[in-house]
Amino acid sequence: MAEYQNIFTQVQVQGKPEWGMATENADYERSRNARFSTLIGWIGNAQLGPIWLGWTGMVSLATGILAFNIIGLNMLAQVGWSIPEFIRQLFWLALEPPSPEYGLRMPPLNDGGWYIIASFFLLVSVMSWWARTYILAMEHKMGKHVFWAFGAAIWLFLVLGLFRPILMGSWSEAVPYGIFPHLDWTTAFSIRYGNLYYNPFHALSIVFLYGSVLLFAMHGATIMAVTRYGGDRELEQIVDRGTATERAALFWRWTMGFNATMEGIHRWAWWFAVLTTITGGIGILLTGTVVDNWFIWAQEHHFAPMYDGSYGYEAYGSYETFIGQEN
Amino acid sequence: MLPNWFNKWNRDNPTNIYGPAILVGTAGVAVTVAAFLVVVGQPFKTDSIQTGPRGTGMSRTEFVSDLAKPDPSIEVMYTEAPYIPEGGEPLARDIYQNVQVLGDLTEDNFNRVMLAMTDWVAPDQGCAYCHGDVAIEEYGADDLYTKVVSRRMIQMTQNINENWDGHVNVNKEVGVTCYTCHRGENVPSDIWFKMGSVNEATAGWSAVQNRVTVQSQYTSLPSDALETFLLDYGRIGVHDLEAHVAAYPSEEGYPTWQDTERTFSLMNYVSNSLGVNCVFCHNSRAFYDPEQVTPQWATEQLGIGMVQEMNNEYLVPLEDVYPPERLGPVFADAPKAACKTCHKGYQQPLQGLNVIADWPELATTGAPVYE
Repeated sequence: MAEYQNIFTQVQVQGKPEWGMATENADYERSRNARFSTLIGWIGNAQLGPIWLGWTGMVSLATGILAFNIIGLNMLAQVGWSIPEFIRQLFWLALEPPSPEYGLRMPPLNDGGWYIIASFFLLVSVMSWWARTYILAMEHKMGKHVFWAFGAAIWLFLVLGLFRPILMGSWSEAVPYGIFPHLDWTTAFSIRYGNLYYNPFHALSIVFLYGSVLLFAMHGATIMAVTRYGGDRELEQIVDRGTATERAALFWRWTMGFNATMEGIHRWAWWFAVLTTITGGIGILLTGTVVDNWFIWAQEHHFAPMYDGSYGYEAYGSYETFIGQEN
Repeated sequence: MLPNWFNKWNRDNPTNIYGPAILVGTAGVAVTVAAFLVVVGQPFKTDSIQTGPRGTGMSRTEFVSDLAKPDPSIEVMYTEAPYIPEGGEPLARDIYQNVQVLGDLTEDNFNRVMLAMTDWVAPDQGCAYCHGDVAIEEYGADDLYTKVVSRRMIQMTQNINENWDGHVNVNKEVGVTCYTCHRGENVPSDIWFKMGSVNEATAGWSAVQNRVTVQSQYTSLPSDALETFLLDYGRIGVHDLEAHVAAYPSEEGYPTWQDTERTFSLMNYVSNSLGVNCVFCHNSRAFYDPEQVTPQWATEQLGIGMVQEMNNEYLVPLEDVYPPERLGPVFADAPKAACKTCHKGYQQPLQGLNVIADWPELATTGAPVYE
């Protein structure tokens, strides 16, 4: 039973590759390579390939690579095409949105123009990958749950880079493409609009984000804990409840008086995940358009309490004592 | 390699040595660490000082080991009590030629200040740094730029002590002397110059940030914050004071998130200069709210005004006086001051040492008052 107490999957299936359904166009549509990797097998299925890209996948890859390279080459140009400087300053560098004065016009290439071009290709890339999740689900006669879940993430992406900048009347409101610079944007955005923590949709988004983490940990742990009784065959357990399900349910019911079901836990997880970005997107969209100072908004709605007590260290001690000049 | 009887014994007596070894090792390390902590104590002990109401998380934390170390500049600082004039002594302006500042001092005190300035600013070069390698009768000449600059710097010091009393003497008498910035060096540390565009092939907002510079304090925040705010009187506040205002980024005067980053850059610079954090002055939940700031926020406001005046009235106008090697690398501009030039990482420069007590000559723009 030791294999169930390991962070890596201990049981791997390797042999003849599984090629998927044979169709007339299979040879032409899918890649012809399939192999096995023990390393990959530790974290997932050991079989690598074949891959089906289709026209959406091709468009997505091509435009995505284009956007990535535009961003990278802009960063490289900023350091005078010096590779060592590029590596040294990589986390600091960015492709920034245009200066505010250009509004929704096309700015010069060196002041956000390349940003607009990169963003356009990134948009095409993401949207065609989104279409791909729909087409693939359709081909497999699956529900479109992955498509809608990815759509929830795209909603936040579009709010940040498309919807909100248009409502604010300036592409300059979009998020920079850079490691530290996008974090600078996040901080500045929160501070500028009077502290995003007082934005209730931001709060909801955090609830769903942390909730997703908690649910995923609970569910993963529960299933691994009952795998020894066949609990990892979740789909079968949904319709034909066995001792694994009974034990898992009993464990949680005795722990907290309530338990999800073998099926319901996946609805919990899906909704928590998609609501993270749906609520987050609403919160961002309202910021600067409907509400310009969330702290004052919170005061007006009576949920920003005032604290009693003095401001300034003098009320609590002296600088001289703190630095050890006096006792 | 090993004798056969040993290998045979091992084969016949298979024993799990790894389990016990891990157990013994873990227990051994735990006991050692525990013994270390009990005997030596927590090596990374911290102390903190509260700066705001309970529940707001407003406090400043430091390592005890750092707090125990006094600013090394304090010990080596030169100071000397004044000679109290009895009245009737001849004054420096009558004894020496071309005395435009400090003319009201008696000869003893004049020479005392000159000597101290030498120690504070040019301990290696001595009098010659400003007066040249000439006979004492020729000390009145203004041949060297260093002398012209130091005259202006004396006026600046007097102005700070007299007119920015609300900043430099806010808690108690502290004041500033040449030493507050110079610390025995010809050119003070932590001065700054204009940077302009820090990125190649860019313009506007893309050009002024995202590079490791001293001005950005090694962050990716804008590198033009000191120039914008401490030289050009830029607007620091970025907040709307109503829940909603109908204004948009492409309009003139709308504070954007870009402006917020620049303000953040300045605030980060101030924090680093004083070795404090945001909540030393602000309740970080509402940075803009004047009802939720500490008294230090007001001191800081005065400090910003003081630095703006220092740069625009005193330091920048000296641009034509300096030789090229003292000017900025990009724009050949005069060196400028900001918080860190005096504070050097301490909440109060020289940890609040009263540096002005012995130097009434530098405390006022008028004739010194000895007590």
